[in-house]
Amino acid sequence: MSERASLLRRLARHPGAATGGVLFAAILAAVWLGPLLWPLAPDVIDVRARNLGPGLAHPLGTDQLGRDTLARVLAGGRLSLSVGLAAMAIALGLGTLIGVCAGFFRRLDGPLMRLTDLFLALPLLPLLLVMLLLFRDSLAGIFGPEGGIFVLVVGAIGLTSWMPTARIVRGDTLALKEREFVLAARAAGTGPIGLMTRHILPNVLSPILVSAALGLATAIVTESALSFLGLGFPPDFPSWGRLLSDATIYLADYPERVIAPGLAISLTVLSVTYLGDGLRDALDPRLGR
Amino acid sequence: MLSYTIRRLALAIPTLLVISLIIFLLLDLAPGDPMAQVPLTVPPEVKAQMREALGLGEQVHIRYWKWLVQMTWVEPQVLIDHLFGTSLSEGKLRILSWQHRGPVMDVVVQRLPQTLWVVGTAYLVGILIALPIGIWSAYRRASLFDQAGTFVTVVGYAMPPFFTGPLVIFIFSVQLGWLPSIYDTTHRVTDWNSFTVQLRQMVLPVMVLALQTTAQISRYMRAAVLDSLGQDYVRTARAKGLPEAAVLGVHVLRNALIPVVTVIALGLPAVFGGAIITEQIFSVNGIGAQLIGAIRAGDLPTVHTITFIFAVLIVLANLLADLLYGWLDPRIRYE
Repeated sequence: MSERASLLRRLARHPGAATGGVLFAAILAAVWLGPLLWPLAPDVIDVRARNLGPGLAHPLGTDQLGRDTLARVLAGGRLSLSVGLAAMAIALGLGTLIGVCAGFFRRLDGPLMRLTDLFLALPLLPLLLVMLLLFRDSLAGIFGPEGGIFVLVVGAIGLTSWMPTARIVRGDTLALKEREFVLAARAAGTGPIGLMTRHILPNVLSPILVSAALGLATAIVTESALSFLGLGFPPDFPSWGRLLSDATIYLADYPERVIAPGLAISLTVLSVTYLGDGLRDALDPRLGR
Repeated sequence: MLSYTIRRLALAIPTLLVISLIIFLLLDLAPGDPMAQVPLTVPPEVKAQMREALGLGEQVHIRYWKWLVQMTWVEPQVLIDHLFGTSLSEGKLRILSWQHRGPVMDVVVQRLPQTLWVVGTAYLVGILIALPIGIWSAYRRASLFDQAGTFVTVVGYAMPPFFTGPLVIFIFSVQLGWLPSIYDTTHRVTDWNSFTVQLRQMVLPVMVLALQTTAQISRYMRAAVLDSLGQDYVRTARAKGLPEAAVLGVHVLRNALIPVVTVIALGLPAVFGGAIITEQIFSVNGIGAQLIGAIRAGDLPTVHTITFIFAVLIVLANLLADLLYGWLDPRIRYE
């Protein structure tokens, strides 16, 4: 417990991490709690209030169908952040599993690292686009239109972004494996599963946390890019990327519709990146307590 | 070194084979039917013949083998024919696009210069801006300049091209009216006037792509120069009375560039990926736009071929980075 408290204290003292953490918490709160304070629904069409500029009734204006932009940005944020968090979780789980196995079992090291190299050599953006195009209809049939595309986007991003985590975890596992406390546990008769879960995993947690922060940022940007290219989420349940892409046609007259989701993406990426940098510094034991 | 190069090249070939197979199998699952556009009045047996002509009736492994032969054997022959006027490829079947009913590579060759112009210029501009920023940020560490440099990096990282693109269009095309927002691919440079038109229409896409490059490379350059500044040979150079310009420009720069050059080589394919989005924003009719168009039209041979070209670029860039590292830094020995 004191370990965790000291980590929190060091994080709070790190200016970048503190700013990033507060900003990210604020974005999460705004996106999930915001609808309580801002009750306008994102999908209510009000034809008489089309194409309004920013005003009192609609702080960010309305779109070409009279839908409130603020409500849409909040709803888009829920989607974008959910996709980012879920894809990051998949990538992290997969990367940790592959990394620990490669580092722990010498026989698996070669094949698993070849697999990692292979995935790193794949042209990811074109492949993601192809995957989205091919499996869109079949998954929409299983999970419904909204769930299908969510599962598809999350799965596709998660399956193509575990490689950096796997490399870092493998390196740390290789080093930890030869340390005395692991040898002692092995001598005491702990099996490989126990060694991995009780002795190795807790000690590679800090690099995993750092790559979680960076992975979240990458996942959000990737999802936005896919939606921007028109192969991510459809306009009826738009993510930030889709909102941005839909608004570019009206760029000349209503720039705020592009800037609002764009700024939301940028601020999220920024806060998460600073948080990750801060975590890296705070978790580095060489920097002292 | 030579044996290492040969070994790496030998390893690159199976990697590319596996990647092309993965893409092929992925595309093979495609539910789309290339015959969907054919009118219903066409009798079924004609349709079957058309299917045959597209090579659709065969087994998976035969179709993959055919694609592989066409990509790695017939297409290079076409290239040789084109360059030297020989006729090696005469009568041989090439990879045909379902969309254009013509060879895929012909369209790629038409589109590639547009991409190379924009992406290449942007990468060059980005590097040329990034190197001085990185050097000076490290040299005047924690100064106002260093903080400004860090800010540019953060902005470049946090603002993806699909946001900066519309933003610069809004500022420079809509508000200020200085630059065109659309890249005219048919524009021909014939005299000074048309050259300035070409330059003007390249500014915005190059700006967007260069920001990404600058953000990354300047960070690496700063770290490398910082690392280099603390080395003993820098202290020696200063101690023997060399002017700061010589210390920085010769002793620090040459050592700091070693890791940065490999980063530059590694980043090249990623810029092609980013160009897919930038081409979409500015309507550049390049290879990225061709890929998106082919994906939307379900033109699988084109998608396969272009994705494979991207994969070749990535593998070659990795190879280049490794070899450059060993060549530039004699301390690194490959056995």
